[in-house]
Amino acid sequence: MAVTGILLVLFLIVHMLGNLKIFTGETSFDHYAHWLRDLGTPLLPTTWYLWIQRAVLTVAVLAHIGAATVLAVRARAARPVAYAHRRKIHVNYAARTMRWGGVIILLFVIYHILDLTTGHLNPQGDAANPYGNVVADFAPERWYVTLFYTLAIVTLGFHLRHGAFSAFRSLGQQTPKGERRARAAALVFAVVLCAGYLVVPFAVLTGLVA
Amino acid sequence: MNLTLRIWRQTGPEDKGRMVTYPVPDVSPDMSFLEMLDVLNERLILDGEEPVAFDHDCREGICGACSLMINGEAHGPQRGTTACQLHMRQFSDGETIDIEPWRARAFPVVKDLVVNRNAFDKIIAAGGYVTAPTGSAPEAHSTPVAKEDADAAFSAAACIGCGACVAACPNGSGMLFTAAKVTQLSLLPQGQPERYTRVIGMVDAHDEAGFGGCTNIGECSSACPKGIPLNTIGRLNRDYLKATTKRAGTPGS
Repeated sequence: MAVTGILLVLFLIVHMLGNLKIFTGETSFDHYAHWLRDLGTPLLPTTWYLWIQRAVLTVAVLAHIGAATVLAVRARAARPVAYAHRRKIHVNYAARTMRWGGVIILLFVIYHILDLTTGHLNPQGDAANPYGNVVADFAPERWYVTLFYTLAIVTLGFHLRHGAFSAFRSLGQQTPKGERRARAAALVFAVVLCAGYLVVPFAVLTGLVA
Repeated sequence: MNLTLRIWRQTGPEDKGRMVTYPVPDVSPDMSFLEMLDVLNERLILDGEEPVAFDHDCREGICGACSLMINGEAHGPQRGTTACQLHMRQFSDGETIDIEPWRARAFPVVKDLVVNRNAFDKIIAAGGYVTAPTGSAPEAHSTPVAKEDADAAFSAAACIGCGACVAACPNGSGMLFTAAKVTQLSLLPQGQPERYTRVIGMVDAHDEAGFGGCTNIGECSSACPKGIPLNTIGRLNRDYLKATTKRAGTPGS
């Protein structure tokens, strides 16, 4: 869980930084998007780097889901008879929503690829003009897209809050002081990442990016 | 106080089991929870009924025998307290109290509220000891131990093996118990020679017993009557990672 999660988190950071280039203007953003296709040339043929990255991410996602499934199946098997009366004493919303949160994030990622990568669900869907696709996607009359995007990103934030701490712990974080730091770092990271992703649709919604 | 108890009754391992309601009048707030169950059982015996079976031994909160899920919380509503040290003043007059056994595949119900915790013994048998005979307690200064290590080892050694961590864990994992038993030895000089074979053996025995996997939620540590800290599991994880990457620990290499 931790190792594949870290791979996915590294991608999330780079993806967020790339998104923020939308504030540097249409030419710069489109140039960045096209540059991603040329990345690795002339060592690799055009778009090869992109496909290698996609393959690595797909393997990471599948391994992450696989490990989560093993844990979920083991958890179900470990308690065949449920409690008639159950009360949670440790309040940890993020940790308890990891499984369903993960499912929501997966559904969002599928939608997101069909929307802004392949363009099938995008009102514009012009591969040559990613800036225009983003602006058309989050237009004020398509408020429900922004709403779904926001919900998915907030879910991702919760997932990362527990996931980041849990990764530290799984990889051997062991002192009480370190635990406080790891929890704080996970919270700050989740909030920063959420803010970084949400600022783009809301900039389009408010007309800051047009 | 007058209470209504809803207690899990199960005649044996093969019985399906059910919650049965018992009114218990005239309970003193100064009674312990187990004394209150004793009162109920005396009445059941006088009435010619089968008394409620529950585990108990020292009734001082140090043996780890009592194992009651009270109103959905392991050992009841008071933190850092075993069920035997829980007093009826924690409850209010007229309250309905649900009492269930620990629920885990690795802890099958023997009868009523008694579960078989042999799975914990199997984990201990897989490495939770020091093989070399160490004799009687050595002179304290002969083997220096850093204060922080001694404190952390002691907090892990406070584990009484009651199984509340498993009962409370949403994953049914026994990782807090396993971690406590691994780290109480791995932090001390006497535990070093078998440090890395111990952690692998005990984690394997834990998984084989049918416990779930840990997802770092923290319910175990909150439910633990001895307050074993959650970071104990981090110590186990670090030892496990080292053990799986350390070739020098493999016999014959």
